Amino acid sequence: MKRRTFLKGSLTSGVLVVAASAGLLKPGKVLAAAYPEAAFKTEISPEEALNTALGVSGDMADSGDINIKAPLQAENGAVVPIKVETSLPAEAIAIVAVKNPAPLTTFVNLTGAGGFYSARIKMGQTSDVHAVVKSGGKLLKATQQIKVTVGGCGG
Amino acid sequence: MARLTKMKLKKIGDKHQALVLVNHPMETGRRKDSKTGELIPAHFIQKMEFKHNGNVVAEANLASGVSKNPLIGIEIVGAKAGDKVEVSWTDNNGESGGTDAAVS
Repeated sequence: MKRRTFLKGSLTSGVLVVAASAGLLKPGKVLAAAYPEAAFKTEISPEEALNTALGVSGDMADSGDINIKAPLQAENGAVVPIKVETSLPAEAIAIVAVKNPAPLTTFVNLTGAGGFYSARIKMGQTSDVHAVVKSGGKLLKATQQIKVTVGGCGG
Repeated sequence: MARLTKMKLKKIGDKHQALVLVNHPMETGRRKDSKTGELIPAHFIQKMEFKHNGNVVAEANLASGVSKNPLIGIEIVGAKAGDKVEVSWTDNNGESGGTDAAVS
């Protein structure tokens, strides 16, 4: 009998948690911009992907105000930690692994947060990684080559 | 079942970093099951939204190029003790999750 009441209790609380999280997420979904699926497609150039994601085309100038912190050599391409820091007033920060099937790995739109973004990405092979910052309607970048000894795609 | 979402607020100098870890496979859809040889369907987080005291401060877009169990960090500007930081995410299968933390 005790076991039965316990099970019942845990079931109802489980349902409540689901309902609460669904309710919390709804307003966020309405406010958030649509997910730019096309920007993360495979077989598009990094420039095209950035244009789709951030709405800015043209050449990216190198900038000394962007600091990219990443390993020179990644032993495991499945987990490559990348940190991007900038002193520029950043509107968005993107991380691009040039030789990945889908070069744009992730980007963040900043609407109040500071010029910092960190993520762990997958890399198929040794490649240049661009840290791209959108600032004042322009794209600026810093580049570092990361050597990958074991690929992170397939596996 | 809800996936585990953890957030840590780290104070670095006068700035705060919000680090979020989600327990998620982040499948690309290009990987094959080693036993059956069939493709494992894509399953990855698409959106992650950060709120500071109820205002959206950052909106991250993720794709399958992000490692599994993603660890995402942003910087919260002007955080004071007691401020609330919330994070919520959704994936391509309509799953969602989130958590919150207070600045100490």
